[in-house]
Amino acid sequence: MKDVKILGPGCKRCQTTAEMLRAEAERLGVPVHVEKVTDYAAIAGYGIAATPGIVIDGTVVHAGGLPKTDDIARWLTA
Amino acid sequence: MTTGISPITAPGPQPDPDRPASWPWIAGTAAAVALWFLLYGQLVPFSNAVVALLPLEHGSRLEEAVRFFVYDTPKVLLLLVLVVFAMGVVRSFFSPERTRALLAGRREGLGNAAAAGLGVVTPFCSCSAVPLFVGFVSAGVPLGVTFSFLIAAPMVNEVALGLLFALVGWRVAFTYLAFGLAVAVVAGWIIGRLKLDGWLEAWVRDVRAGTAVLPVGEVTAADRVRAGIDAVRDIVGRVWAWIIAGIAAGAFIHGYVPAELLAAIMGRDAWWSVPAAVLLGIPMYSNAAGIIPVVEALIGKGAALGTVLAFMMAVTALSLPEMIILRKVLTVRLLAVFVGVVGLGILAVGFLFNALFV
Repeated sequence: MKDVKILGPGCKRCQTTAEMLRAEAERLGVPVHVEKVTDYAAIAGYGIAATPGIVIDGTVVHAGGLPKTDDIARWLTA
Repeated sequence: MTTGISPITAPGPQPDPDRPASWPWIAGTAAAVALWFLLYGQLVPFSNAVVALLPLEHGSRLEEAVRFFVYDTPKVLLLLVLVVFAMGVVRSFFSPERTRALLAGRREGLGNAAAAGLGVVTPFCSCSAVPLFVGFVSAGVPLGVTFSFLIAAPMVNEVALGLLFALVGWRVAFTYLAFGLAVAVVAGWIIGRLKLDGWLEAWVRDVRAGTAVLPVGEVTAADRVRAGIDAVRDIVGRVWAWIIAGIAAGAFIHGYVPAELLAAIMGRDAWWSVPAAVLLGIPMYSNAAGIIPVVEALIGKGAALGTVLAFMMAVTALSLPEMIILRKVLTVRLLAVFVGVVGLGILAVGFLFNALFV
């Protein structure tokens, strides 16, 4: 089970990012637990300066803008 | 669908053989730019043909307004696509994390100037303003330097500069760039000098964030072209309605507002017009793309340039929604200082400009 955190204040892009991640995980058959982190202090604690951010199993893999589908697949299967 | 796929590629900067070759993307870009110029050259015949088709009285005000609208809408949209694409490619070389690393621990002064300059080229969306602010401050970027970035980023952006350049001329665009950066540098420097770190919201001061190190993959020319296309899709998709509304307002001014009236209200002789323009600009939330067709029409009707620039800066740099977002990290006192310092800077630009350029 991959632990995925989507960092973002709940903007439209953050929603889209979460949906992309869920869809890609389902396509690859990787079990994931997706959690949204919307608290600003918690987001800042991860050391990113742009949202949405993606944290997989405690590692920040992405910050700022929508991720690419290929990249999501790479992170989920890594 | 299989479960438990073994890792194919590890994250890291190794070249990926599956990546598409760059040359088709570069060739495609060249072809698209050529097509763009072809279309752009047909704007005048196109708008004349469309206006001739409509049952409008020749030489009437309505005809003038419609002509402005029919000519400006495709023109602004074409320009916007080109400018946003180009900046999307440029911005693929920058990221907020990298900018932050460049600015962390910088001295004030030079740091303010660097922050304002980076504010122009770093990808930034106002929805990200709070994480960015906290991320900068907690990583050791001085408060005043952070403000310089935060003032320049929305005010002096590619859309504003590109459209001003194309619609109003390079002199105005260059002036806007220079004065916009000056406001960001000076206002940030003043805020830094005032030593107001204690006026941040308490939770911001308590954040002790590390700085995330993101895996950087190899970025190819194809990726940069794609970044440009993504930027066009995202930004043009978001602002086109604003632009149409702005052009409609510009068309109305162009066709119906008498030049004498406008000169009396926004002319150089009306000293109060600069503060009035700033006050009017704050609650107006448009973006640069929507406001520039209005700027074009106002200048065409004899409004003073300084007054118009002050209006535009107030609309982009001091918007009410952004203040509501910033209120999450700034106390009311610090927010008031921010608005006051930036507002005074914009006023100074307006007055200075009207006095200098006759």
